[in-house]
Amino acid sequence: MELVLSLGIGIMAGSGVWLLLRPRTFQVVIGLSMLSYAVNLFIFSIGSLAIDKVPVIVDGVPLDLENYSDPLPQALVLTAIVIGFAMTALFLVVLLASRGLTGTDHVDGVG
Amino acid sequence: MRALISWAMPHLIVVPILLPLITAGCMLALGEGRRPLKSAMSTISGLLNLGVVLVLAWWVLENGPVVYLPGNWPAPFGIVLVADQLSVLMVLLSVVIGICALFYSSARWEKAGVHFHPLGQLQVMGLSGAFLTGDLFNLFVFFEILLAASYGLLLHGSGRPRVSAAVHYVAINIAASSLFLVGATTLYGVTGTLTMAHLAQRVLEVPEADRWLLHTGSGVLAVAFLTKAGAWPLNFWLVPAYRSATAPVAAFFALLTKVGVYAILRLSTLLYAGQSETYGRTSLLAFGTITAAFGALGMLGSKRLASITAFSIAVSSGTLLAALSFRSEAVTGGAIFYLVSSTIGISALFLLTDVVERWRNSGSTDPDEAPFLSARFLEVENVNLDDDEERLVGRPIPASIAFLALAFMTFALIIAGLPPLSSFLAKSLMLSEAMALPAVSGALQGQVWLFVAVLLGTGLMSLITLSRAGIRNFWSSVHRDPPMLRLAEGLPVAVLLLVSIALTVAAGPVTRYAQQIARELHDPASYAEAVLSAATVPPPAKKRSDVEVEEVVP
Repeated sequence: MELVLSLGIGIMAGSGVWLLLRPRTFQVVIGLSMLSYAVNLFIFSIGSLAIDKVPVIVDGVPLDLENYSDPLPQALVLTAIVIGFAMTALFLVVLLASRGLTGTDHVDGVG
Repeated sequence: MRALISWAMPHLIVVPILLPLITAGCMLALGEGRRPLKSAMSTISGLLNLGVVLVLAWWVLENGPVVYLPGNWPAPFGIVLVADQLSVLMVLLSVVIGICALFYSSARWEKAGVHFHPLGQLQVMGLSGAFLTGDLFNLFVFFEILLAASYGLLLHGSGRPRVSAAVHYVAINIAASSLFLVGATTLYGVTGTLTMAHLAQRVLEVPEADRWLLHTGSGVLAVAFLTKAGAWPLNFWLVPAYRSATAPVAAFFALLTKVGVYAILRLSTLLYAGQSETYGRTSLLAFGTITAAFGALGMLGSKRLASITAFSIAVSSGTLLAALSFRSEAVTGGAIFYLVSSTIGISALFLLTDVVERWRNSGSTDPDEAPFLSARFLEVENVNLDDDEERLVGRPIPASIAFLALAFMTFALIIAGLPPLSSFLAKSLMLSEAMALPAVSGALQGQVWLFVAVLLGTGLMSLITLSRAGIRNFWSSVHRDPPMLRLAEGLPVAVLLLVSIALTVAAGPVTRYAQQIARELHDPASYAEAVLSAATVPPPAKKRSDVEVEEVVP
C-alpha cells in the first residue's frame, strides 16, 4: 500500500509540476489542481497509513498509533482541501478575466 | 486603567484579528456604495485597533509574552495565539500601514472598483493573525486569508496589466502554499506537533537518523516563505504585480513580503537548535545576497518610479535574509530595526509615486490602467464650495511641490540607507555587529565581508537610481502645473514621514527595543516555556441547583 500511495503522489505531483510549467492557462489550472491533490494525499500519508483503524478513542484499546490512525492529518487535509478548492476557483475567475482582456489563453497574455 | 487592562488581558490579543473581521462584515452589509461612510469606518476601526495594539505592546514589554488559548485546550493540543515582542511589533507595523493606505485610498483609488475597504480590512486581519499565531498550521490558514485578500486587492481596478500580473501572482502563491503544506506536515511527521513552542522542544529530541527529514521539511517550508519574501529566483512575479497594483495596495504589499521574512526569522530561531544550528545558513546568505543584488540592478535599470520602488522591496528583503543568515542575536537586532524602517519607507514611497506619476501625466490616469475609474466615480464639479466659490474637497494644498520633493528625498535616503535617517542607523548597526562576530573560521569571515559588500553596494546603487529619479521628476519639471495633492493623499504620507523621523530621533530606545526582541527570539526555551505553561480557564463554577441535581442522580 505504501508503494502504491507514494507512486500515486509522485506521479500526480510530477504531472502537476509539468502542467504548471506549460504556457496555456488551462494547463496551469489543471496542474495546480493535481499538485494540490498530491499534497492532500501526502498530508494524509504523514499520519502513518493504516487499514481498519479508527481515529477516535475506543474503550479498552491502548492509546498508541499501533491501534489508532492519527486524527490530526485527517483534520489538516480537510482544511487544505477546502482552501485549495477555494483558491482554484478564484484562480479560474482571474484566468477568465485575463482571457477576456487579452483575447488569448497564454499565461503572459501574448502569443 | 491598569486594573482594566489586566482584567481584559489575555483576551485583548484577539482584537487585532476580530476587529477588522467585524468591520469588514459590517461594510459588506452596507452594499457597494456609501464610500465616505466606509472610509470613516475603516479609519475609526484602524485607530481603535492601533490603540489596542499599543496597549498590548506596552503590556508585553512589561510582563512578557501574552498567550491566549482560543479553544481553552492546553497549549500543544489546541490552537494558540502568542503575542511576544516581535509579533506585537509586526502587528503594530501592519496596523499603521493599513490605516495610512486605506485613508489614502479615499482620495481616489477606492472608487476604481467595489469593496476596496472590506478587502483592506481582511488584509489587516490576515496579517495580524499570521503574526500572532503560535501554530504552524494556523499560520498557513492566516497566510491564505491574507493572500485571498491580496488577490482581491491586486485585481482592484481591473485592467490588463493588473489581471496579467495577477495570473502570475495567484499561480505562484498557490504553488508556494502547496510547498508550505508539504513542509509543515513533514515537520509534523518528524516531531509529532504543529505548535511552534512544542516544536522548539521536540527538535532537540529528534533522533540522528531522522535529522535529514527535519532538514528537508524545514527546507521545503523555507522555500515557501522565501517565495513570499520575494527571494531570487522565485521573485519574477514581484515587480510586475507591485508595479501594476494601485498605490494603496502596493503600500500594503510592501508589508506582505515581510511576512515571509518574519516567518523565516521566527522558525529559524525555533527549529535550528542543537545539532541543526548551522543548517541552511550559507544558502540563506547566498539567496539573500543574490536577491539584494538583483533588486539593486533592477532599480538601476528601471525608469518608472513604481518599478524602482518595487525593485527596492527585493533589496530590502535580500538584505534582511542575508542579515538573518548569521543567526546572531546582535545582527538580528539591527535587522529588526532595518525591517521596520525600510518597510515604512517603501510603503510611503509607493503612495508618493502615485501622486508624482499622475502629476507627470498632467492629472490623468492611463485608461488602460484603471478602466473602471470613469467620470461616474470622480467627484461632481461645483459642489462643496467655500466662500470664494472654490472647491473645498480636492483643492491642491499650497507648496505641495515642496512637500512632495522633501518627502521623496527623505524616503530615498531611507531606502538607500544614508545618514542621518533611521535606515542608516539600522544598517550601520547590522554592519558593526556583523564585523564584531567572533571569526570562528575563515568561511565566516568571508561571509561577513560578502554581507558588508552587499549592504554598501546596494545602498550605492539605490542612491544613484533614486537621485536620478528625483532629478527627473522634480528638478526638470519647470513647465508643469503644480501637483494636485489632496489632504487625503498628503496626510498618510506625512504620517509615515513623521514615523520615519521619530524612528531616527528615538533611535536609542528603538535600538534597545530591537535588541531586546532579538534577545527574546534567540531564547526559544523560555518562549516554549511561556507558551506551554499557559493555564486554561477553569470551567465556570456550577450553580447550586445543577450540583444538587447531579448529586441526586447517582
